[in-house]
Amino acid sequence: MTRKAPPEIDALDRRIIAGLQEGFPLVPEPYAEVAAGFGVTEAELIARLKRLREHGAITRFGPFLDAAAMGGAFCLCAMAVPEADFERIAAVVNAHPEVAHNYARSHRLNMWFVLATETPAGIAETADAIERETGLGVLGFPKLLEFFIGFRVAA
Amino acid sequence: MRLDPTERRIVAATQAGLDFTPRPYLAVAERLGLDEAEVIARMSGLLARGVIRRIGAAPNHYALGLSANGMTVWDVEDGEAGRLGAMVGAREDVSHCYLRPRALPDWPYNLFAMLHGADRAEVETRRAEIAALLGASCRGSDVLYSTRILKKSGLRLAGGAS
Repeated sequence: MTRKAPPEIDALDRRIIAGLQEGFPLVPEPYAEVAAGFGVTEAELIARLKRLREHGAITRFGPFLDAAAMGGAFCLCAMAVPEADFERIAAVVNAHPEVAHNYARSHRLNMWFVLATETPAGIAETADAIERETGLGVLGFPKLLEFFIGFRVAA
Repeated sequence: MRLDPTERRIVAATQAGLDFTPRPYLAVAERLGLDEAEVIARMSGLLARGVIRRIGAAPNHYALGLSANGMTVWDVEDGEAGRLGAMVGAREDVSHCYLRPRALPDWPYNLFAMLHGADRAEVETRRAEIAALLGASCRGSDVLYSTRILKKSGLRLAGGAS
């Protein structure tokens, strides 16, 4: 992810991002339908979204999928990786397409990644493969319960 | 719940994002040789079934001035975890909140909450607020800051868009 300085995000941009985190309509002209709510034309809304996407203020615009609902699975995993070998291990882990994202974190368990697989069995298969390839243990933290997602970017 | 072949093609064609053109679903339809009404109907069905969780923008917290985030983790009593998790998850500065299994002895924490703030000091202040909220039901906690993003590709169906 880039950490570029915010490139001229104005109050309207923030309202657009805040207002379009969900509920983008499934109609033939969806941008036109939501543009009025922001007091802009369809063309201006599209131009702003394009700019926000290009500048990285929004990382994606579209449908967000639930792997579990497609018969697949997600699992948060963690490893304790020796610092001296960190880059090599990161490359081995990231080479698996099932690794959706991977973060270095400040802890003895210093590598945290999410596996997204098309079948529940794929989680264990991938974790086992990573253990074989790295010689390191993979701890799995599947979600037991998901709580209401309260986070919203304030307008 | 499985996807039929048409649903699968639609998911594959839209997972990287919708076009910024006046008729984005028509663009998908044309790419797949379907008509616009069918793409809309299929996507509506996927949304109703929860395969599509939502349609909209993924904000970049850094670009929006929320530069700091920490994965806060808490060891809360199992019997209280549902109630406490709901309380933490409802906070506006928490983007993800899950109950997960502990991995004893390495990992005593069962409640995970991704906490955001303008900087680390704000994250720490908010973490203290959550600690106060959890009170005696919480036996311990930690916060893990991300020091580097090693990969971020999101969920991808194999098969591609074309």
